[in-house]
Amino acid sequence: MADSQDLTGLFAHEMAARLRSGETTTRELTAAHLARAHATDHGLHAWLSIDDDRALAEADAADARMAAALADGAAALAALHPLHGVPVALKDLVSVKGGQCTAGSRILEGYRAPYDAHITERLRDAGAVILGKTNMDEFAMGSSCEHSAFGPTANPWDLERVPGGSSGGSAASVAAFQTPLSIGTDTGGSIRQPAALCGIVGMKPTYGRVSRFGIVAFASSLDQIGPFARDVRDAAALLHAVSGRDERDSTSAPEPVADDLLHLPASDDEAASWLRGKRLGVPREYFVEGMEPGVAEAIRTAVADLERAGATIEEVSLPHTDYGLASYYIVAPAEASANLARYDGVRFGHAVTEGADYLADYLVTRGSGFGPEVKRRIMLGTYALSAGYYDAFYLKALKVRTLIKRDFDVLFDAGFDALVGPTSPDVAFRFGAKLADPVKMYLSDACTLPVNMAGLPGISIPCGLSEGLPVGLQFIGPAWSEARLMRAARAYEGVTAAAAWRRVQPHDLARLAQPGLPTPVERVAAAH
Amino acid sequence: MASLTRADVEHVAYLARLGLTEPELARLEGQLNHILDQYAKLAELDTDAIPPTAQTIELENILRDDVSRPSLPAEDVLANAPHRDGEFFVVPAILGGG
Repeated sequence: MADSQDLTGLFAHEMAARLRSGETTTRELTAAHLARAHATDHGLHAWLSIDDDRALAEADAADARMAAALADGAAALAALHPLHGVPVALKDLVSVKGGQCTAGSRILEGYRAPYDAHITERLRDAGAVILGKTNMDEFAMGSSCEHSAFGPTANPWDLERVPGGSSGGSAASVAAFQTPLSIGTDTGGSIRQPAALCGIVGMKPTYGRVSRFGIVAFASSLDQIGPFARDVRDAAALLHAVSGRDERDSTSAPEPVADDLLHLPASDDEAASWLRGKRLGVPREYFVEGMEPGVAEAIRTAVADLERAGATIEEVSLPHTDYGLASYYIVAPAEASANLARYDGVRFGHAVTEGADYLADYLVTRGSGFGPEVKRRIMLGTYALSAGYYDAFYLKALKVRTLIKRDFDVLFDAGFDALVGPTSPDVAFRFGAKLADPVKMYLSDACTLPVNMAGLPGISIPCGLSEGLPVGLQFIGPAWSEARLMRAARAYEGVTAAAAWRRVQPHDLARLAQPGLPTPVERVAAAH
Repeated sequence: MASLTRADVEHVAYLARLGLTEPELARLEGQLNHILDQYAKLAELDTDAIPPTAQTIELENILRDDVSRPSLPAEDVLANAPHRDGEFFVVPAILGGG
């Protein structure tokens, strides 16, 4: 059980303070998180690999640098990144040289990354310690983590339920205090939706904010990397560590990274005061048909809290929201079908060689290496791009994408500081609840995928409980407004600092350490 | 809006280089048509005068200095090869008489 006596119960910014005061070491922090991850992951399955030896070696190096900085004085200490010595988990599609990188797929089983991703280098430069790699829907395609080829992850709030996806392992590991921070990717909601379902903070930055070099690609015009944390200040520090231009990803933008990310107010009152005079729009279309009443109620309450704290609230319209799903499910699969053509069993990964000819090998290798959701998306994308259908599907979807983007442009041009609404139409659902109907699963992202289509930043933060399960509040801003969104989210934390729901810990946290707990795979098998 | 026949599903699977089983083909026929029904909604919008958006950030012609840089060592790359022969990836013969 995580509490303040335990190092795993701390926020990253608290760890940073203890490291600087000499109260603890990175080795202690790392060992505590590794021990907790090993002790609690049997029933959770948030991790696909944990590398104790590498993590402890990185921890010792971080301790040596910290000791040198402490000896050198204030200037040397100030030069260390706030995340120096803090543990972090990576979604298993981020390359770490020499380590596995499955993207949740059998087709990459056994593959070892021959180089570091840009963000891996950046985290190392910052002095963060990489604990291991987290579970995910195969190739980031899914909203429940049930499409992982290695079995699903459970939700620490209720082990019978999904953590959301695709970055389900990254979200569940942070919610279960196995790591204070993790990295995910978000193509249609894959950071924000699991953050909402696990009751933590997750941000999808502006497209181009973080270099995608060394990340397994899903849909290249939509994919973006972002942080998970248990509070906004920690998420902002992690975003700061990985953001910025990298010439190896020509879509990574030269926009300056705001130092403001590192200077969010520690005081709740000061944070809340940011809201005074701010203009927030609430998109009426985001209260979608079929939304759980408890989710809608939590969002309405959150909006009222923001208004009471001094924000001006206006109902607004994003009229093309309803076309987001259809256009996204053309654009994303089209890009995926092209990106996933590289898995041919020749240069790396799963390969079946039957010897008849190269074509037979491709068919069997890809047919046996990819799981059902990935096959579905490759089929959709291949069809949408095939001769005779390009204009009707792909080109049409790109034009609708323009309309979706204009919806947001109109509101931000009119002076709204941010939009605020639900992240997901429902709370964590039971295993299997949406597996039989792909469209039902896709609707989990109805309020997040338009943001990817428009390339904008969005953040999900906890805003209460519906029938005991976490609800996520989403703030959306114009391009490059991450620092503003962090201010807004931090302000909401400040406004609700005394709320009773903030004291509620994930219900199944205590159970995770029990011996003999079934794995999520066993749990699902027993239920059917 | 178009709908997919079983023959279409098999053709698309071939284009996508996916070897699918009979049950997979049968399941996909139903699921893909269900998803295509959702696409039909896009026809409601008149987009004749709307330009397409392929990427959202206004970056153009990103160039880097034309300088040579070291590539990955061949051994690191070949280490992942399912089948190799010395410095080569092994593939089935593509040309006749191989």
